[in-house]
Amino acid sequence: MTDLPNLDFPPPPEVEIWKLTKHFGAFTALDDVSFKIDPGSFHALLGENGAGKSTLVKCLMGSYRADGGSILIDGKETVITSPRQAQQQGLGMVYQHFTLIPSMTVAENLILGEPDLPQVMNWAKARASLTAFMAKMPFKLDLDRLVSSLSAGEKQKLEILKQLRLGSRFLILDEPTSVLTPDEADQILGLMRRLTDEKRISVVLISHKLREVESYADEVTVLRQGKHAGQGRVAELNRSDMVRMMVGDEPSTTSSTRDTAGNGAVVLALQGLGVENDKGLPAVRSLDLAVRSGEIVGIAGISGNGQTELVEVLAGQRALLAGALEVSGKPYYRTRSEMRTHRVKLLPEAPLQNACVRGMSVAENLSLRLYDEPPMSLAGFWLNRAAMRDRASKLIGQFRIKTQGPDAPIETLSGGNVQRTVLARELADGAALLIVQNPCFGLDLKAVAEIRQRILDTRNAGGAVLLLSEDLDEIMELSDRILVMSEGQIVYETTRAAAKVQDIGHHMAKRDI
Amino acid sequence: MNSSGLLSSAEAVTINVAAFAFTMAIFGVYVAALGHNPVDVYYVLYLGSFARQISIESTLTNAAPLMLTALCTAIPARAGLLVIGGEGALVVGGVATVLAGVALGDAPFLPGVAMMCLAGALAGGTWIGLVGALRQYRGVNETISSLLLNYIAIALMYHLITGPIRDWERVLKTSSWSIPESLRVGEMEFIGVHWGLAAGVSVCLILYVIMRRTTFGFGVDILGGNPRAAQMAGLPINRMVILCCFIGGAMAGIGGAFEVMAVHGFASESLAVGFGYAGILVAFLSRQNPAAIIVLAILLGGITASGGLLQRRFDLPDATTQVLQGLLFMVVLASNAAYGRLSVFQPASWRTA
Repeated sequence: MTDLPNLDFPPPPEVEIWKLTKHFGAFTALDDVSFKIDPGSFHALLGENGAGKSTLVKCLMGSYRADGGSILIDGKETVITSPRQAQQQGLGMVYQHFTLIPSMTVAENLILGEPDLPQVMNWAKARASLTAFMAKMPFKLDLDRLVSSLSAGEKQKLEILKQLRLGSRFLILDEPTSVLTPDEADQILGLMRRLTDEKRISVVLISHKLREVESYADEVTVLRQGKHAGQGRVAELNRSDMVRMMVGDEPSTTSSTRDTAGNGAVVLALQGLGVENDKGLPAVRSLDLAVRSGEIVGIAGISGNGQTELVEVLAGQRALLAGALEVSGKPYYRTRSEMRTHRVKLLPEAPLQNACVRGMSVAENLSLRLYDEPPMSLAGFWLNRAAMRDRASKLIGQFRIKTQGPDAPIETLSGGNVQRTVLARELADGAALLIVQNPCFGLDLKAVAEIRQRILDTRNAGGAVLLLSEDLDEIMELSDRILVMSEGQIVYETTRAAAKVQDIGHHMAKRDI
Repeated sequence: MNSSGLLSSAEAVTINVAAFAFTMAIFGVYVAALGHNPVDVYYVLYLGSFARQISIESTLTNAAPLMLTALCTAIPARAGLLVIGGEGALVVGGVATVLAGVALGDAPFLPGVAMMCLAGALAGGTWIGLVGALRQYRGVNETISSLLLNYIAIALMYHLITGPIRDWERVLKTSSWSIPESLRVGEMEFIGVHWGLAAGVSVCLILYVIMRRTTFGFGVDILGGNPRAAQMAGLPINRMVILCCFIGGAMAGIGGAFEVMAVHGFASESLAVGFGYAGILVAFLSRQNPAAIIVLAILLGGITASGGLLQRRFDLPDATTQVLQGLLFMVVLASNAAYGRLSVFQPASWRTA
């Protein structure tokens, strides 16, 4: 390969993050994280979903203001209040999803990002400058092509060119390869590596693909649950070191009172389940699964591998494309009467969006399952709002929901209390089948313990529980059987006794091995 | 009544009164630009709509079909649909009423009128029910399909009244056959307004109770509030959407029935004079609340009723009242953005952190 042309940039800045902390309400997204990125280094930021990677770079880019700690650029403490200001410091970010305008050409998209666009464009001058710029770039794109005709890899290159054109010398790449083929990914990361080797730019690569980190990064920082979980030179670490940093050491399972896992009857049975995502691409592929009464089956996996679509199918929020869905041995069409006879209950992720009605009160939201049954309705027709309120008051006490009262709008509750409200509604009269997704995401420790106990209680009472979570600790703590889901399929199964975090972690990242 | 209900009512009243005042101010600028004193124009608006018995009667006569067509937007809107097909539903309802009336011939009065109302309701209900079915089973946007069905309904009526059911005796006005005199509905005893007003007020109140106090209404509110929560609760969404559309269309169809039975006696272009479109405005002003529709339909009826007087007194263009209605519509739509932004009405802002 030929030598890379000179980019004419000043050298990349040295960026140091010092004790950065960020809270969202009671939830700590980022807890006292410190590390340094040397000029010209290729630094990987590893971590599971929700580990705080995005929060960290958003603080760096000025999208969020950190609650504590500081950012030092070239040794000077710098307060970054907006992405534009970050840009002026030479910091740039390439987002996971493209920010290009498909109906415009490459040239137009490059010009678009410039901070001081004149009202009337001098295209001749702009083109001359773009051609000169392109000649110096490590990869070339035809300026006149429409963005819509570019491949995903070319679009990603254009995003990077846009940042270089703006003078970014410190590039943050947020899972840049998630939409690329392995070859395209290698090509782009290889070029970035060469630019860093020549000390022209620094790169921070956010990823959970260990292979990419091993092949391209020279340093790695691992975040776990908002905390700095490890750091080192990639050359000196092996894969299991990094997995251990990502998912933590083998958890000392604090077994809550747990009856022996029953070999009860199969409650939920899926055979050859096929589901598409919103884009019409297969999200769940011929998935087989059985959950027995009295057991918790935990499904681990990196988000975006079909878990959400699976839950939506079970919730009746998404169409079943192929396969059979049975509950207690009968085909299950997800109607209200079936939900009632089989006592199927759900606690989906983001409960305010998926399981609550925003404009309604706590009492009304607590009644979604049973409003057409006595005593809340007469003859299934006339609504008895007083009975609704009475029952709500009882549940609010029983599940310790913090609210101004049953008539308070559900939106006025905190995330944990919305979660408790849905849990109260779903578990008030017991469940034969409980489907739970990320039940503790963003909650404080007390709420987490309480909700996990409720899930265990349901199991101990003979319920079948399907738990999908991105939090491996949670899966390890609660599950009797552990499955790993990757690219819409179950790729690994183990029992509670035999489960090893490292094995599970490897299978979660399977598509890279 | 719980406090959040009262609060949101207070919020709706405040925003609507402000929107109305703002609209009147812009309208004042418009008439001033035409060289008239806005205060005089406001006074004549009042004269023509609410000042005297005869103007009140005219206002209420206009309000009757508006209440019914407003329900055609309001009831599907509660389930989360934006249906604007009230004009078409009223027209097909009117045509069906004519056909029923002619077929019934010399039937006794009450059963005859009941059958004609039923025919109008079924026709209008099926018309808008089709909109709901197209959306649920074929993914067709309900706003577009209901708008296009308006044109189809009017074209269908023209086809029928210029050919198959044309009354060739009536030379000056192209119209359908007339329903028998014995089946014409007259005015109420105590006021010079036809019985359509009583029908409009009653169905608004009945639907208010149904939407507010029954399990059906509660289910529809869940669906309109968050379809995903409705799916998770296993509600029969397709059936509920189509039923809401059917009810809305049936009400507009009854509006058409009364226009035929009480006003015209036959179907003609006079059926499609914009009651359906003004009904959309009423539904939005009332925030899809059937009880509020009664009040706002009377307000809009007043504007329509005073139009003639306004035009004669000031020699204003024919379209003046439409300008006023259009302005009101735009301002109300824009003011919808204010809901939830006035912190006084947000209980969350009272919460101590």
